[in-house]
Amino acid sequence: MTREQQRMLWGHLFILPWLTGFMLFTLYPILATLYLSFTDFRVLNEPRWVGLENYASLLADRDYFWRSVGNTLFIMIEVPLSVVVGIGLAMLLNLRLRGQALYRTLFYLPSVVPAVATAFLWMWVLNPQNGLAAPLNSGLVRLGLEPINWFTDPSTAKWGFILMDLWAIGGTMVIYLAALQGVPSHLYDAALIDGARGWHLIRHVTLPHIAPVIQYMVIIGVIGTFQYFTQTFVATRGGPENSTMFYALYLFQNAFEFFRFGHACAMAWLLFLVTLLATYLIWRVSLRKVFQESVGV
Amino acid sequence: MAHGVLIALGGLFMLPIFWMVSTSLKADEALFSEHIVWIPTRLAWENYAEALNTFPFWLYLRNTLVIALLSVVGTLLSCLPPAYAFARMRWRGRNFWFWMMLSTLMLPPQVTLLPVFLLFRSLGWVDTFLPLVVPAFLGNAFLIFLLRQFFLSFPQEMLDSAYLDGCSDWAILWRMVVPLAKPAIATVALFSFVWAWTDFMGPLIYLNDSSKFTLAVGLQYFLGRHGEQWNLLMAAGLVVTAPLVVLFLVAQRAFVRGITLTGLKG
Repeated sequence: MTREQQRMLWGHLFILPWLTGFMLFTLYPILATLYLSFTDFRVLNEPRWVGLENYASLLADRDYFWRSVGNTLFIMIEVPLSVVVGIGLAMLLNLRLRGQALYRTLFYLPSVVPAVATAFLWMWVLNPQNGLAAPLNSGLVRLGLEPINWFTDPSTAKWGFILMDLWAIGGTMVIYLAALQGVPSHLYDAALIDGARGWHLIRHVTLPHIAPVIQYMVIIGVIGTFQYFTQTFVATRGGPENSTMFYALYLFQNAFEFFRFGHACAMAWLLFLVTLLATYLIWRVSLRKVFQESVGV
Repeated sequence: MAHGVLIALGGLFMLPIFWMVSTSLKADEALFSEHIVWIPTRLAWENYAEALNTFPFWLYLRNTLVIALLSVVGTLLSCLPPAYAFARMRWRGRNFWFWMMLSTLMLPPQVTLLPVFLLFRSLGWVDTFLPLVVPAFLGNAFLIFLLRQFFLSFPQEMLDSAYLDGCSDWAILWRMVVPLAKPAIATVALFSFVWAWTDFMGPLIYLNDSSKFTLAVGLQYFLGRHGEQWNLLMAAGLVVTAPLVVLFLVAQRAFVRGITLTGLKG
């Protein structure tokens, strides 16, 4: 065996744990999901080839499938919101102030709470009679407005989740904070000499410099929205009136509650295509640049 | 001015947590009052004891710890060698597999969910901890990437001198790189622990027998059965959250390092 071959053998041996995991838990399942998505497959029967039937019935299903797509697109409003809130908080936390470490901890802490606990904490916070939403509602009533019922009203339930997620924005905020700290200070000095102030500094120095991170976070956020599961499974199970039936929840229900494995696999493959597209976009707009700078591949 | 804004916003972020603590200390009759009561007149500490007796907390804690600790061990054993091979060894195929690994970073777990479930079911592993633990022994793309980033920062001369002394890559990894990479290893251990502790979908799918539940699934079960006893629910939620908060406060640097090295939320 030549030295070259020896090296190649050792390289593969070193990555063997991951390689095995990749084959068993990524490559094989993606292909199996594709095959199963063309079959009628429930718990007891063997998979039976039905061609595009699962896809056709999903695409014709307005009440559940399209509803779940629509709801998922709706809460995608979280993506731009979390850009604004995340960068805003990161900028505040990036100021040179005493006690900044304490502030950072305060804003990060909510994201440490496990999703299950976050879900029922917010059910209680937004309880319109006895939660923190109660004084808000009595204020609204006094102003002659309708009280907000949050998770029990189909028109507001999604906003409950949006609030909940913005509260747990800590991880995103830390990423933006790191990005802000990576902006070289001489850029600010130069802009200050040129007479730039306030918003102009942000617009022409800060934002262009952290743009790749923003793009990355936006695309990660879009993919993440399609995976939104635990909070809705715990808090609403898709209700009221399917107003919080999100994509991942409906996929899960198809798989483990209705045992329509074929449908679940078709949904999984559609999700895979969305992910591929998003990954391609990341690659196009930012990942290549980010990685070439920081990874040097 | 900035302090004022930070204090106001910080207060807003802390409000739900304060409400959680306050509720957990309310007696049943104080729970549904006309007005918001921030600090109950009588602190009902017994809620905590009652919450821990209402669901088999200690059993679930033990299950969760077993799964989380095995996950940490498995993750470290299975992520260090690939990270080293991607960062420090020159071999044909390295770039191909590295990009392959990066391309799986974005993959939602739902895409692979069913075949993996069917695989574990055919092995007879449903209702055991194996589906939750064995994958940890087979690498994690995010954490391999994180370790690789860290390994890249070591000076090449140092490793070269070890080579010249006749050390193999395997020996260099375990005797030289690992001791130097303690901060990154702490981050990886922390993340795999926290993920296992908070994982919901995995235990939900694989564990049916309620004596095998983890804390996350146990909490959701608790909610289903005692949905109106908000004081007990909040107490239980706080007990499950507290270790994570402590872990975060103790290992804040490791958390932040992990998040900023990979752009991955903890």
